[in-house]
Amino acid sequence: MGNPSGAATLSGNGSSFLSRHQKGFVIFTFMVIPMLLLFLFTYLPFFKMIQFSFYNRNYLSEGTFVGWKNYLDVFKRDDCFKVLWVSVYYMAGAVIQLALALFFASLMVFKVKGSNLYKACLFFPYLICGIAVGYIFKFFYAHGYVLDNILMALGVAEENLPLWLQNTKINNICLAATSVWRYTGQNMVMFMGAMMSVDSTLYEACELDGANNWQKFKYIILPSIKTIIVLNLILSISGSLCAFEPPYVITNGTMGTGTYFVIMNRIAHENQKVGLACAMAIVLLVIIVLCTVGQKLFFKYAYQTSDDGSDPRPRLKNEKYAAQKAAGKAGV
Amino acid sequence: MSISKLQARTPASIAFSILKYVCLIAASIVAILPVLVCVFTAFKTNEEYQITSPLDLPASFGYLTNFVEAWDKANMFTGFRNTAIVLIFVLILSIFFSATLAYVLNRFKFFGNEIIRNLFMFASLIPGIATQVTVYQIMYSLGLINHLYGYVIVLCGTDIISIYIFLQFFENLSVSLDESGIIDGCTYFGVFFKILFPLLKPAIVTSCVLKGVSIYNEYYMSNLYLTRDYLKTISTALYAFVGPYGSQYNYICAGVIITIIPALIIFLLCQDHIYSGMAAGAVKG
Repeated sequence: MGNPSGAATLSGNGSSFLSRHQKGFVIFTFMVIPMLLLFLFTYLPFFKMIQFSFYNRNYLSEGTFVGWKNYLDVFKRDDCFKVLWVSVYYMAGAVIQLALALFFASLMVFKVKGSNLYKACLFFPYLICGIAVGYIFKFFYAHGYVLDNILMALGVAEENLPLWLQNTKINNICLAATSVWRYTGQNMVMFMGAMMSVDSTLYEACELDGANNWQKFKYIILPSIKTIIVLNLILSISGSLCAFEPPYVITNGTMGTGTYFVIMNRIAHENQKVGLACAMAIVLLVIIVLCTVGQKLFFKYAYQTSDDGSDPRPRLKNEKYAAQKAAGKAGV
Repeated sequence: MSISKLQARTPASIAFSILKYVCLIAASIVAILPVLVCVFTAFKTNEEYQITSPLDLPASFGYLTNFVEAWDKANMFTGFRNTAIVLIFVLILSIFFSATLAYVLNRFKFFGNEIIRNLFMFASLIPGIATQVTVYQIMYSLGLINHLYGYVIVLCGTDIISIYIFLQFFENLSVSLDESGIIDGCTYFGVFFKILFPLLKPAIVTSCVLKGVSIYNEYYMSNLYLTRDYLKTISTALYAFVGPYGSQYNYICAGVIITIIPALIIFLLCQDHIYSGMAAGAVKG
């Protein structure tokens, strides 16, 4: 990634021994702890994970070397690779979430009375802790409680109401909807920030030319945030593959709602098949890396022409979004 | 925000306005309703809870028994205290480490600079939950399990967002600031602490918001690494409380509402910072 040469560097009075000495000292003291933490909690576990994935072992025993068997099992077992299909629901949810966020953000960019109130209402779910969100929706979907009562008040007959969390046709949709509820406002605030950073004289010029709201949206707002939208769409793929919290808290992965991580968590901590769980993690990581490489190639070719002139660090920028989202999206 | 001040009032624009408000109000109701219903339910007595619909208002908003029960049984006080301690230490430490690391990576050219950036980049791709199987063993052998400081350390160790925020921020801070400091006789440490660090405020706000939300939400690691009752964070305290109550949602809702209140207070107090932090994290980040 990145080109450190593109970053500003303190040009060298490297001739002075003292300053060179001091520079090395600064680099060392400022980096030693973060690097140690990175090694200890990311790379050491990562290499151990690769090692464990070739063993049949639990937490305590050393286990026996089994070669590629764990990897074969990941693809053969019904409850491993195949549950990635559940992620499709979360991907669809992510697309809907981005569309809604974009829609509300564009509405609120134009003058709206009480926009602060709507913004606060839509954004607040993001600040509720994940476990609380789980219980709110357990209550919301429970048979005979909130959602059933709302639908009955709207005139739906009681016998037509499904069991929201048990019916395997709809329970994944219900769970993905909780993610949409939780993150739409956050995405909206992100989009609004991007829209606000557009030079306001552009809008004024546009109005003097007699453009209506739709034209303003199409010709000014949309192009200015196109990159962020595309990027979020691509990132939602890896985010959806990692979906964990809603099924874990609300249904505990029962009735076909177990996502890849919920199953992996169960295999690792309840069944104590550490080797198999590590193999699952590695397989998912390979998929995520492939997605990221695909995304980079996409950006390289799709935006090469426009970026080359205007932005000296296009690649670096994209990678930053990716890193942030990947890191922040752990609990979709 | 007054982008459309020149807009003429035509029938089409009036229709557009009405539609706009209908959409926004409907969305706000959908966003708030699930929480509002919990508020209603939390104020209901057992009998009231059994006979009334969840959508009905409680007989009185003065019935606080459920809250008292939740506060006591779930050890909410302990949960809040632990979460607050963890939050303060992780924010201070991770901001300090990320800022120093970003300063070095951005301002100095040295062998391995690009390698280190790549290492952090790749680390951000590894999903956190996936590695916990092996992180657990490392935590265990270092004796960090069931200590708040162990949890603080592991949270600092998996912090990559802040590093990217600070790296980006440093790229937009002019090097002439550093140079003038050096000319005035500052050391590199002096440049960082006296000149650059005070200018990092926007980046600090952004990473506090993003990091703060993620710590407050964190359940998986605190469940693994803090198993004793007196070490529970707000997430694990709530989770442990709810189990025995099954479908007694009036107690559960009271617990949920208690956890929401501090988030709500902080949100109301620093709304603008939170929004600008979110937006900056996404746009410039």
